[in-house]
Amino acid sequence: MSNKSIVCRCEDVSEDDVIKAIDDGFTDLEELRKRLRIGMGPCQGRTCLPLLIRILARKTGKKIEELSMPTFRSPVVPVTLGSLASDENED
Amino acid sequence: MMKMKIDVSIIGGGVNGCSLAYQLAKRGLDVALFERDYICSGATGRCGAGIRQQWSTRENIILAKESVKIFSRLSKELGEEIGFRQGGYLIAVHDEKELNEAEERVKLQKSLGVDVKILDRDEINDVVPILDVDGMNAIAATFCPTDGHADPFKTTFAYARAAVRNGARIFTHTEVKDIIRNKNEVCGIKTDRESIKCDFVINAAGVWSKKVAEMAGIKIPNVPYRKEAIVTERLKPLFRSMVISFKDGIYFSQQDEGQILGGIPGPDERPGYLYRPTLSFLRHMSQMLTRYAPCLRYVRVLRHWTGFYDVSPDARPIIGEDPQVKGFVHCHGFSGHGFMLSPMVTKIIADYIADGKESEFLDDLSIRRFEGKKIDREISVVG
Repeated sequence: MSNKSIVCRCEDVSEDDVIKAIDDGFTDLEELRKRLRIGMGPCQGRTCLPLLIRILARKTGKKIEELSMPTFRSPVVPVTLGSLASDENED
Repeated sequence: MMKMKIDVSIIGGGVNGCSLAYQLAKRGLDVALFERDYICSGATGRCGAGIRQQWSTRENIILAKESVKIFSRLSKELGEEIGFRQGGYLIAVHDEKELNEAEERVKLQKSLGVDVKILDRDEINDVVPILDVDGMNAIAATFCPTDGHADPFKTTFAYARAAVRNGARIFTHTEVKDIIRNKNEVCGIKTDRESIKCDFVINAAGVWSKKVAEMAGIKIPNVPYRKEAIVTERLKPLFRSMVISFKDGIYFSQQDEGQILGGIPGPDERPGYLYRPTLSFLRHMSQMLTRYAPCLRYVRVLRHWTGFYDVSPDARPIIGEDPQVKGFVHCHGFSGHGFMLSPMVTKIIADYIADGKESEFLDDLSIRRFEGKKIDREISVVG
Protein backbone atom coordinates (compact mmCIF):
# COMPACT_ATOMS: atom_id res chain seq x y z
CA MET A 1 0.00 0.00 0.00
CA SER A 2 1.41 3.33 -1.01
CA ASN A 3 1.63 6.10 1.54
CA LYS A 4 2.28 9.59 0.27
CA SER A 5 1.76 11.23 3.68
CA ILE A 6 4.32 13.98 4.12
CA VAL A 7 6.73 13.31 6.97
CA CYS A 8 9.07 16.27 6.42
CA ARG A 9 7.26 19.38 5.22
CA CYS A 10 10.39 21.49 4.78
CA GLU A 11 12.12 19.08 2.42
CA ASP A 12 8.98 17.42 1.03
CA VAL A 13 9.72 13.84 2.11
CA SER A 14 6.87 11.32 2.18
CA GLU A 15 6.44 8.21 4.31
CA ASP A 16 7.05 6.17 1.15
CA ASP A 17 10.39 7.91 0.63
CA VAL A 18 11.39 7.07 4.19
CA ILE A 19 10.35 3.44 3.88
CA LYS A 20 12.22 3.04 0.60
CA ALA A 21 15.40 4.51 2.11
CA ILE A 22 15.14 2.17 5.11
CA ASP A 23 14.65 -0.77 2.71
CA ASP A 24 17.74 0.44 0.83
CA GLY A 25 19.78 0.03 4.00
CA PHE A 26 19.77 3.52 5.49
CA THR A 27 18.79 2.39 8.95
CA ASP A 28 19.95 5.05 11.34
CA LEU A 29 18.59 8.54 11.78
CA GLU A 30 21.81 10.27 10.78
CA GLU A 31 22.04 8.27 7.54
CA LEU A 32 18.38 8.89 6.74
CA ARG A 33 18.88 12.58 7.27
CA LYS A 34 21.78 12.61 4.81
CA ARG A 35 20.00 10.38 2.32
CA LEU A 36 16.70 12.29 2.27
CA ARG A 37 17.67 15.73 3.65
CA ILE A 38 14.92 15.04 6.17
CA GLY A 39 15.16 17.44 9.10
CA MET A 40 17.53 19.78 7.26
CA GLY A 41 14.97 22.49 6.48
CA PRO A 42 13.82 25.54 8.44
CA CYS A 43 12.24 23.52 11.28
CA GLN A 44 15.48 21.55 11.75
CA GLY A 45 13.61 18.34 12.46
CA ARG A 46 11.20 19.58 15.07
CA THR A 47 8.19 18.42 13.06
CA CYS A 48 9.53 15.39 11.24
CA LEU A 49 11.91 13.79 13.69
CA PRO A 50 9.27 12.25 16.02
CA LEU A 51 7.48 10.86 12.95
CA LEU A 52 10.71 9.57 11.45
CA ILE A 53 11.67 7.86 14.69
CA ARG A 54 8.33 6.05 14.86
CA ILE A 55 8.61 4.82 11.27
CA LEU A 56 12.17 3.63 11.81
CA ALA A 57 11.27 1.86 15.07
CA ARG A 58 8.33 0.15 13.37
CA LYS A 59 10.38 -0.93 10.34
CA THR A 60 13.45 -2.16 12.23
CA GLY A 61 11.63 -3.63 15.23
CA LYS A 62 13.83 -1.56 17.54
CA LYS A 63 12.53 0.32 20.53
CA ILE A 64 12.45 4.10 20.18
CA GLU A 65 14.88 4.51 23.07
CA GLU A 66 17.40 2.23 21.28
CA LEU A 67 17.69 4.58 18.29
CA SER A 68 20.51 7.09 18.57
CA MET A 69 19.37 10.64 17.98
CA PRO A 70 20.96 12.74 15.23
CA THR A 71 23.13 15.67 16.24
CA PHE A 72 21.22 18.85 17.04
CA ARG A 73 22.96 21.85 15.51
CA SER A 74 23.03 25.52 16.38
CA PRO A 75 21.34 27.94 15.98
CA VAL A 76 18.27 26.16 17.37
CA VAL A 77 15.97 28.59 15.58
CA PRO A 78 16.89 30.28 12.29
CA VAL A 79 18.75 33.59 12.83
CA THR A 80 19.48 36.16 10.11
CA LEU A 81 23.04 36.68 8.91
CA GLY A 82 22.53 40.38 9.61
CA SER A 83 21.88 39.88 13.30
CA LEU A 84 24.69 37.34 13.63
CA ALA A 85 27.04 39.84 11.97
CA SER A 86 25.90 42.68 14.21
CA ASP A 87 26.95 43.45 17.76
CA GLU A 88 23.50 44.79 18.53
CA ASN A 89 20.27 42.99 19.33
CA GLU A 90 17.76 42.49 16.57
CA ASP A 91 14.69 44.69 17.03
CA MET B 1 36.41 -15.46 16.05
CA MET B 2 35.94 -15.63 12.28
CA LYS B 3 39.07 -15.59 10.15
CA MET B 4 38.32 -13.92 6.87
CA LYS B 5 40.94 -13.72 4.10
CA ILE B 6 40.53 -10.94 1.56
CA ASP B 7 42.69 -8.91 -0.82
CA VAL B 8 42.18 -5.37 0.43
CA SER B 9 40.95 -3.76 3.64
CA ILE B 10 39.93 -0.12 3.37
CA ILE B 11 39.74 1.95 6.52
CA GLY B 12 37.34 4.88 6.28
CA GLY B 13 33.88 5.25 4.71
CA GLY B 14 34.28 8.70 3.22
CA VAL B 15 34.30 9.49 -0.48
CA ASN B 16 37.84 8.17 -1.00
CA GLY B 17 37.28 4.88 0.84
CA CYS B 18 33.96 4.23 -0.93
CA SER B 19 35.41 5.08 -4.34
CA LEU B 20 38.33 2.71 -3.75
CA ALA B 21 35.95 -0.04 -2.63
CA TYR B 22 33.94 0.40 -5.83
CA GLN B 23 36.91 0.50 -8.20
CA LEU B 24 38.77 -2.41 -6.65
CA ALA B 25 35.64 -4.58 -6.40
CA LYS B 26 34.82 -3.81 -10.03
CA ARG B 27 38.22 -5.20 -11.01
CA GLY B 28 37.45 -8.41 -9.21
CA LEU B 29 39.39 -7.94 -5.99
CA ASP B 30 37.97 -9.14 -2.71
CA VAL B 31 37.48 -5.92 -0.78
CA ALA B 32 36.08 -4.93 2.59
CA LEU B 33 35.59 -1.40 3.89
CA PHE B 34 35.48 -0.62 7.60
CA GLU B 35 33.86 2.54 8.87
CA ARG B 36 33.76 3.35 12.57
CA ASP B 37 30.52 5.31 12.30
CA TYR B 38 28.28 5.49 9.21
CA ILE B 39 29.04 6.23 5.53
CA CYS B 40 30.14 9.87 5.08
CA SER B 41 29.98 10.58 8.81
CA GLY B 42 33.40 12.29 8.74
CA ALA B 43 34.80 15.13 6.66
CA THR B 44 33.06 14.05 3.43
CA GLY B 45 29.57 14.55 4.82
CA ARG B 46 30.55 17.91 6.31
CA CYS B 47 32.37 19.46 3.37
CA GLY B 48 31.53 22.25 0.94
CA ALA B 49 31.82 19.73 -1.93
CA GLY B 50 33.22 22.27 -4.36
CA ILE B 51 35.21 20.99 -7.33
CA ARG B 52 37.97 23.32 -8.47
CA GLN B 53 40.73 23.11 -11.07
CA GLN B 54 42.28 26.50 -10.25
CA TRP B 55 45.37 25.40 -8.30
CA SER B 56 48.91 26.66 -7.98
CA THR B 57 50.73 23.32 -8.27
CA ARG B 58 50.92 21.21 -11.41
CA GLU B 59 49.86 17.96 -9.70
CA ASN B 60 46.74 19.45 -8.16
CA ILE B 61 45.71 21.04 -11.46
CA ILE B 62 46.02 17.76 -13.35
CA LEU B 63 44.41 15.67 -10.60
CA ALA B 64 41.49 18.12 -10.40
CA LYS B 65 41.08 18.34 -14.16
CA GLU B 66 41.02 14.56 -14.57
CA SER B 67 38.65 14.33 -11.58
CA VAL B 68 36.23 16.75 -13.28
CA LYS B 69 36.15 14.43 -16.31
CA ILE B 70 35.30 11.48 -14.07
CA PHE B 71 32.71 13.44 -12.04
CA SER B 72 30.96 14.45 -15.25
CA ARG B 73 30.21 10.84 -16.19
CA LEU B 74 29.90 9.41 -12.67
CA SER B 75 26.10 9.54 -12.32
CA LYS B 76 25.84 7.38 -15.41
CA GLU B 77 28.62 5.03 -14.38
CA LEU B 78 27.28 4.47 -10.85
CA GLY B 79 23.64 4.39 -11.94
CA GLU B 80 22.66 7.04 -9.39
CA GLU B 81 22.47 10.82 -9.52
CA ILE B 82 25.44 12.49 -7.77
CA GLY B 83 24.26 16.08 -8.26
CA PHE B 84 27.26 17.20 -10.33
CA ARG B 85 26.95 20.65 -11.87
CA GLN B 86 29.45 23.06 -13.39
CA GLY B 87 28.66 26.59 -12.26
CA GLY B 88 32.29 27.69 -12.11
CA TYR B 89 34.53 29.08 -9.38
CA LEU B 90 35.11 32.81 -9.03
CA ILE B 91 38.29 33.64 -7.11
CA ALA B 92 38.47 37.22 -5.85
CA VAL B 93 41.70 39.13 -6.40
CA HIS B 94 42.24 41.95 -3.90
CA ASP B 95 45.51 43.72 -4.76
CA GLU B 96 48.37 43.97 -7.26
CA LYS B 97 50.40 41.25 -5.55
CA GLU B 98 47.47 38.84 -5.73
CA LEU B 99 46.88 39.84 -9.35
CA ASN B 100 50.46 38.93 -10.26
CA GLU B 101 50.08 35.58 -8.53
CA ALA B 102 46.75 35.03 -10.26
CA GLU B 103 48.31 35.73 -13.64
CA GLU B 104 51.04 33.17 -12.92
CA ARG B 105 48.48 30.58 -11.85
CA VAL B 106 46.21 31.20 -14.83
CA LYS B 107 49.19 30.80 -17.17
CA LEU B 108 50.07 27.44 -15.60
CA GLN B 109 46.42 26.30 -15.56
CA LYS B 110 45.93 27.26 -19.20
CA SER B 111 49.12 25.47 -20.23
CA LEU B 112 47.60 22.32 -18.69
CA GLY B 113 44.36 22.76 -20.62
CA VAL B 114 42.08 24.35 -18.00
CA ASP B 115 39.54 26.86 -19.33
CA VAL B 116 40.23 29.82 -17.03
CA LYS B 117 40.37 33.58 -17.44
CA ILE B 118 40.94 36.80 -15.53
CA LEU B 119 37.86 38.97 -15.06
CA ASP B 120 38.00 42.73 -14.73
CA ARG B 121 36.45 44.28 -11.68
CA ASP B 122 33.41 45.25 -13.79
CA GLU B 123 32.84 41.70 -15.00
CA ILE B 124 32.49 40.16 -11.54
CA ASN B 125 28.79 40.99 -11.24
CA ASP B 126 28.12 39.38 -14.62
CA VAL B 127 29.03 36.06 -13.00
CA VAL B 128 27.71 36.61 -9.46
CA PRO B 129 25.22 39.50 -9.39
CA ILE B 130 24.77 39.59 -5.60
CA LEU B 131 28.43 40.45 -4.87
CA ASP B 132 29.34 43.92 -3.64
CA VAL B 133 32.62 44.44 -5.48
CA ASP B 134 33.54 47.44 -3.27
CA GLY B 135 32.61 45.65 -0.06
CA MET B 136 34.76 42.67 -0.93
CA ASN B 137 37.65 44.92 -2.02
CA ALA B 138 38.10 43.15 -5.33
CA ILE B 139 40.21 44.60 -8.14
CA ALA B 140 39.73 41.56 -10.38
CA ALA B 141 38.89 37.86 -10.25
CA THR B 142 39.77 34.60 -11.93
CA PHE B 143 36.98 32.43 -13.26
CA CYS B 144 36.85 28.85 -14.49
CA PRO B 145 33.40 27.91 -15.84
CA THR B 146 34.01 24.15 -15.70
CA ASP B 147 34.68 24.13 -11.95
CA GLY B 148 31.66 23.06 -9.98
CA HIS B 149 30.07 21.03 -7.26
CA ALA B 150 28.60 17.60 -6.50
CA ASP B 151 26.42 16.38 -3.66
CA PRO B 152 28.79 14.70 -1.17
CA PHE B 153 26.11 12.44 0.32
CA LYS B 154 24.74 11.31 -3.02
CA THR B 155 28.21 10.76 -4.45
CA THR B 156 29.47 8.74 -1.51
CA PHE B 157 26.30 6.67 -1.12
CA ALA B 158 26.37 6.00 -4.87
CA TYR B 159 29.97 4.76 -4.67
CA ALA B 160 29.16 2.62 -1.63
CA ARG B 161 26.12 1.03 -3.24
CA ALA B 162 27.98 0.40 -6.51
CA ALA B 163 30.82 -1.16 -4.49
CA VAL B 164 28.39 -3.56 -2.81
CA ARG B 165 26.78 -4.46 -6.15
CA ASN B 166 30.26 -5.37 -7.38
CA GLY B 167 30.88 -7.64 -4.42
CA ALA B 168 32.59 -5.39 -1.88
CA ARG B 169 31.59 -5.73 1.75
CA ILE B 170 30.99 -2.59 3.77
CA PHE B 171 31.01 -2.79 7.55
CA THR B 172 29.69 0.36 9.17
CA HIS B 173 29.80 0.94 12.93
CA THR B 174 32.91 -1.23 12.90
CA GLU B 175 36.14 0.16 14.27
CA VAL B 176 39.57 -1.05 13.21
CA LYS B 177 41.54 -1.57 16.41
CA ASP B 178 44.86 -2.82 15.08
CA ILE B 179 46.84 -3.48 11.93
CA ILE B 180 48.82 -6.71 11.89
CA ARG B 181 52.31 -6.69 10.42
CA ASN B 182 54.63 -9.53 9.56
CA LYS B 183 58.01 -7.82 9.64
CA ASN B 184 57.89 -5.23 6.86
CA GLU B 185 54.53 -6.04 5.37
CA VAL B 186 50.93 -5.85 6.47
CA CYS B 187 49.06 -9.13 6.76
CA GLY B 188 45.74 -8.18 8.31
CA ILE B 189 43.62 -6.04 10.56
CA LYS B 190 41.69 -6.50 13.78
CA THR B 191 38.32 -4.83 14.21
CA ASP B 192 36.24 -4.66 17.36
CA ARG B 193 34.53 -7.85 16.11
CA GLU B 194 37.00 -10.02 14.20
CA SER B 195 40.41 -10.51 12.60
CA ILE B 196 40.78 -10.30 8.85
CA LYS B 197 43.76 -11.39 6.76
CA CYS B 198 44.59 -9.21 3.77
CA ASP B 199 47.44 -8.21 1.48
CA PHE B 200 46.69 -4.49 1.38
CA VAL B 201 45.43 -2.02 3.97
CA ILE B 202 44.38 1.38 2.64
CA ASN B 203 44.38 4.23 5.10
CA ALA B 204 41.54 6.50 3.95
CA ALA B 205 40.56 7.59 7.45
CA GLY B 206 40.79 11.32 6.80
CA VAL B 207 41.63 13.24 9.90
CA TRP B 208 42.01 9.98 11.83
CA SER B 209 44.64 8.70 9.35
CA LYS B 210 47.40 9.60 11.76
CA LYS B 211 45.98 7.20 14.35
CA VAL B 212 45.41 4.47 11.75
CA ALA B 213 49.00 4.81 10.50
CA GLU B 214 50.26 4.51 14.08
CA MET B 215 48.57 1.10 14.33
CA ALA B 216 50.94 -0.05 11.58
CA GLY B 217 53.89 1.63 13.26
CA ILE B 218 54.03 4.38 10.64
CA LYS B 219 54.36 8.07 11.44
CA ILE B 220 52.64 10.54 9.13
CA PRO B 221 53.09 14.30 9.38
CA ASN B 222 49.40 15.30 9.10
CA VAL B 223 47.70 17.69 11.51
CA PRO B 224 43.92 17.80 12.15
CA TYR B 225 42.11 21.12 11.98
CA ARG B 226 38.51 21.81 12.94
CA LYS B 227 36.65 23.54 10.11
CA GLU B 228 33.22 25.10 10.47
CA ALA B 229 30.47 25.82 7.98
CA ILE B 230 26.97 27.25 7.83
CA VAL B 231 23.95 26.80 5.63
CA THR B 232 21.04 29.20 5.15
CA GLU B 233 17.39 28.73 4.32
CA ARG B 234 16.53 28.05 0.67
CA LEU B 235 16.35 30.96 -1.75
CA LYS B 236 15.42 31.22 -5.40
CA PRO B 237 18.43 30.69 -7.71
CA LEU B 238 20.70 33.75 -7.34
CA PHE B 239 24.07 32.59 -8.65
CA ARG B 240 25.72 29.43 -9.94
CA SER B 241 29.39 29.94 -9.18
CA MET B 242 31.32 29.18 -6.03
CA VAL B 243 32.91 32.38 -4.66
CA ILE B 244 36.23 32.16 -2.84
CA SER B 245 39.03 34.42 -1.63
CA PHE B 246 42.48 33.21 -0.58
CA LYS B 247 43.09 36.46 1.32
CA ASP B 248 39.87 36.38 3.35
CA GLY B 249 39.67 32.56 3.43
CA ILE B 250 35.95 32.57 2.67
CA TYR B 251 34.10 30.22 0.33
CA PHE B 252 30.38 30.13 -0.39
CA SER B 253 27.99 28.89 -3.04
CA GLN B 254 24.30 28.33 -3.61
CA GLN B 255 23.32 24.66 -3.67
CA ASP B 256 20.89 23.07 -6.11
CA GLU B 257 18.14 23.10 -3.48
CA GLY B 258 18.63 26.86 -2.99
CA GLN B 259 20.45 27.12 0.33
CA ILE B 260 23.70 29.08 0.60
CA LEU B 261 26.53 27.10 2.14
CA GLY B 262 29.91 28.46 3.15
CA GLY B 263 32.85 28.52 5.51
CA ILE B 264 35.90 30.47 6.57
CA PRO B 265 38.81 29.77 8.94
CA GLY B 266 37.54 30.62 12.42
CA PRO B 267 39.30 33.20 14.63
CA ASP B 268 39.85 30.45 17.24
CA GLU B 269 41.30 27.97 14.79
CA ARG B 270 43.99 25.68 16.17
CA PRO B 271 45.07 22.09 15.50
CA GLY B 272 43.46 19.19 17.31
CA TYR B 273 40.43 16.94 17.31
CA LEU B 274 38.06 19.74 18.29
CA TYR B 275 34.52 19.26 17.11
CA ARG B 276 32.33 21.81 18.89
CA PRO B 277 31.10 24.76 16.83
CA THR B 278 32.28 28.20 17.94
CA LEU B 279 30.35 31.43 18.27
CA SER B 280 33.39 33.37 17.06
CA PHE B 281 33.23 31.52 13.73
CA LEU B 282 29.52 32.23 13.34
CA ARG B 283 30.02 35.95 13.82
CA HIS B 284 33.14 36.13 11.63
CA MET B 285 31.47 34.14 8.83
CA SER B 286 28.29 36.24 8.98
CA GLN B 287 30.27 39.48 8.90
CA MET B 288 32.41 38.40 5.95
CA LEU B 289 29.50 36.94 4.00
CA THR B 290 27.34 40.05 4.41
CA ARG B 291 30.35 42.19 3.43
CA TYR B 292 30.68 40.17 0.20
CA ALA B 293 26.92 40.03 -0.42
CA PRO B 294 25.05 42.63 1.70
CA CYS B 295 21.65 41.50 0.40
CA LEU B 296 22.07 38.25 2.34
CA ARG B 297 21.70 40.23 5.60
CA TYR B 298 18.03 39.24 5.79
CA VAL B 299 18.62 35.57 5.05
CA ARG B 300 18.40 33.16 7.97
CA VAL B 301 21.09 30.70 9.01
CA LEU B 302 19.57 27.29 9.63
CA ARG B 303 22.53 25.26 10.71
CA HIS B 304 26.14 25.53 11.76
CA TRP B 305 28.43 22.50 12.02
CA THR B 306 32.02 21.39 12.16
CA GLY B 307 34.13 19.17 9.98
CA PHE B 308 37.86 18.60 9.59
CA TYR B 309 40.80 19.25 7.32
CA ASP B 310 43.50 16.56 7.43
CA VAL B 311 46.39 18.90 6.69
CA SER B 312 49.71 17.68 5.29
CA PRO B 313 52.89 19.81 5.49
CA ASP B 314 52.55 20.99 1.87
CA ALA B 315 48.72 20.96 1.71
CA ARG B 316 48.80 18.20 -0.92
CA PRO B 317 47.59 14.63 -0.55
CA ILE B 318 49.81 11.75 0.51
CA ILE B 319 49.14 8.69 -1.63
CA GLY B 320 50.63 5.33 -2.54
CA GLU B 321 52.26 2.36 -0.89
CA ASP B 322 54.46 3.02 2.11
CA PRO B 323 58.19 2.78 1.23
CA GLN B 324 58.92 0.80 4.41
CA VAL B 325 55.78 -1.26 5.03
CA LYS B 326 54.67 -3.33 2.05
CA GLY B 327 50.92 -3.41 1.49
CA PHE B 328 50.17 -0.32 3.58
CA VAL B 329 48.68 2.26 1.21
CA HIS B 330 48.34 5.95 2.03
CA CYS B 331 45.30 7.94 0.87
CA HIS B 332 45.05 10.96 3.15
CA GLY B 333 46.44 14.45 3.84
CA PHE B 334 43.99 16.03 1.40
CA SER B 335 44.09 19.28 3.39
CA GLY B 336 40.49 20.21 2.61
CA HIS B 337 40.35 18.94 -0.98
CA GLY B 338 39.63 15.25 -0.56
CA PHE B 339 36.23 15.36 -2.17
CA MET B 340 37.23 17.19 -5.36
CA LEU B 341 40.42 15.21 -5.96
CA SER B 342 38.99 11.81 -5.03
CA PRO B 343 38.00 10.46 -8.47
CA MET B 344 41.50 10.68 -9.97
CA VAL B 345 43.47 9.96 -6.80
CA THR B 346 41.50 6.80 -6.09
CA LYS B 347 41.83 5.72 -9.72
CA ILE B 348 45.62 6.01 -9.48
CA ILE B 349 45.63 3.98 -6.25
CA ALA B 350 43.25 1.37 -7.65
CA ASP B 351 45.38 1.03 -10.81
CA TYR B 352 48.42 0.47 -8.63
CA ILE B 353 46.82 -2.14 -6.37
CA ALA B 354 44.94 -4.03 -9.08
CA ASP B 355 47.49 -3.86 -11.92
CA GLY B 356 50.73 -2.68 -10.31
CA LYS B 357 50.56 0.37 -12.55
CA GLU B 358 53.04 3.11 -11.70
CA SER B 359 52.26 6.82 -12.00
CA GLU B 360 54.23 10.03 -11.72
CA PHE B 361 51.72 11.10 -9.05
CA LEU B 362 52.62 8.12 -6.88
CA ASP B 363 56.20 9.42 -6.92
CA ASP B 364 55.39 13.11 -6.52
CA LEU B 365 52.79 12.59 -3.80
CA SER B 366 54.58 9.78 -1.95
CA ILE B 367 55.18 10.18 1.76
CA ARG B 368 58.90 10.07 0.86
CA ARG B 369 58.74 13.72 -0.20
CA PHE B 370 58.91 14.86 3.42
CA GLU B 371 62.34 13.27 3.96
CA GLY B 372 64.38 16.44 4.12
CA LYS B 373 63.56 17.74 0.65
CA LYS B 374 62.33 21.16 -0.35
CA ILE B 375 58.56 21.30 -0.12
CA ASP B 376 56.49 22.74 -2.98
CA ARG B 377 53.52 23.98 -1.01
CA GLU B 378 50.04 24.37 -2.49
CA ILE B 379 49.05 27.92 -1.57
CA SER B 380 45.58 28.13 -3.08
CA VAL B 381 43.65 27.08 0.02
CA VAL B 382 40.42 28.43 1.54
CA GLY B 383 37.97 27.53 4.30
